[in-house]
Amino acid sequence: MIAVVDYGMGNLHSVAKALEHVAAGQTVSVTSDPAVIAQAQRVVFPGQGAAPDCMRAIDAHGLREAIQAAAETKPFLGICMGLQVLFAHSAEGNTACLGLFAGDVQHFGTELHDGAGERLKVPHMGWNNVRQTAAHALWDGIPDGERFYFVHSYFVVPEDRSIVAGETDYPTPFTCAVARDNRFAVQFHPEKSAAAGLRLLQNFVTWQP
Amino acid sequence: MGLAKRIIPCMDVTAGRVVKGVQFLNLRDAGDPVEIARRYDEQGADELTFLDITATSDNRDLILHIIDAVASQVFIPLTVGGGVRVPDDVRRLLNAGADKVSINTAAVFNPQVVKDAADRFGSQCIVVAIDAKQTVWGAAPKWEIFTHGGRKPTGIDAVEWAQKMQALGAGEILLTSMDRDGAKSGFDLNLTRAVSDAVNIPVIASGGVGNLQHLADGVQKGGADAVLAASIFHFGEYTVRQAKEIMQDRGIEVRL
Repeated sequence: MIAVVDYGMGNLHSVAKALEHVAAGQTVSVTSDPAVIAQAQRVVFPGQGAAPDCMRAIDAHGLREAIQAAAETKPFLGICMGLQVLFAHSAEGNTACLGLFAGDVQHFGTELHDGAGERLKVPHMGWNNVRQTAAHALWDGIPDGERFYFVHSYFVVPEDRSIVAGETDYPTPFTCAVARDNRFAVQFHPEKSAAAGLRLLQNFVTWQP
Repeated sequence: MGLAKRIIPCMDVTAGRVVKGVQFLNLRDAGDPVEIARRYDEQGADELTFLDITATSDNRDLILHIIDAVASQVFIPLTVGGGVRVPDDVRRLLNAGADKVSINTAAVFNPQVVKDAADRFGSQCIVVAIDAKQTVWGAAPKWEIFTHGGRKPTGIDAVEWAQKMQALGAGEILLTSMDRDGAKSGFDLNLTRAVSDAVNIPVIASGGVGNLQHLADGVQKGGADAVLAASIFHFGEYTVRQAKEIMQDRGIEVRL
């Protein structure tokens, strides 16, 4: 069984539908029950919205320990806010996060411009290229530089560069994927990234870290 | 390399079918929403937008079933609009599988709904749709918000309104020129440029696309982050892929 952690932040139906599409024969359970998360073989940790709200919702649902335990012990995929709150601290609302990775989460700023001088909007919204900076089972079958769908205004800055698995430019490079042991987490939305995203999810549901 | 400009086919839906008319008149049947959504996905559409143009509240649930069916088969972002009045309408659409919800008239009559919905569900899923008509020409042009399919003026300045919607938490602006809607003469590029330069959130240009060069103009001249079109794709005149090839030829970053 694959658990999709539901703490009331954002659209989990897309994640569940995409997992059901690629995980033939496996049950996908959208759950806020720590016991179900503890029983799951794999855990997907999505999330949208603002960091302070996410952290409050995690604690309000009593999920902090279950998420930490899953991230320590079984194949674990963080998506979007589910990447950001794995870090120690977010500049969004000056929020203490889960601290499973050292580093913090920063805002893009409001005065970004591309090479032609055209303003780059925030949120960073749409399809951008992902450079695979480290080989990983979750990149299997996905061309380096493939586009994935993003929507976010903050990005993670890991202290330990060895966990960086992917980078994207907006306009300067930022970390869009991290990996260590049984953990993989991405800033983009694989569930909304067409064939490449489905391939990443398919890689996750068969991954043996 | 870099963030791609998006092409978003738009489907007007009523009674379970995709339809197309000019300013809500002379509706033509364009087919089954799930089938059309799949076709656009295969052609490389970056997102899909559905507008529920059902006039009465009788058949509101129908759109939820359509979105549920599309979201089970098409794995790109889906935006749904039409008849969204309160945050619970947003919740129902998100639960059915929408990724973003577009708020139009309700925002004009009650701007607080934008703030409430953004606070509750996050700015990333709140699109504010602005229907504007030009009311002042010359060196300092102005555009005004119109409701009811472009029939009722509101006295609200479109550029100022876009800024206000951003401040209330909108994550994106869907900007339609009611002057150009259905006219096939291209986007209102001055309007698009004025709004895009006035806000820091992405702007989707809409209304008036008649050929593929118009889409590229919306990005290069209008400063749009995404372009939305309906009829040029529905009746097989052009594919999304052809549109992207034209944009790429003109030096625009696209996902091919």
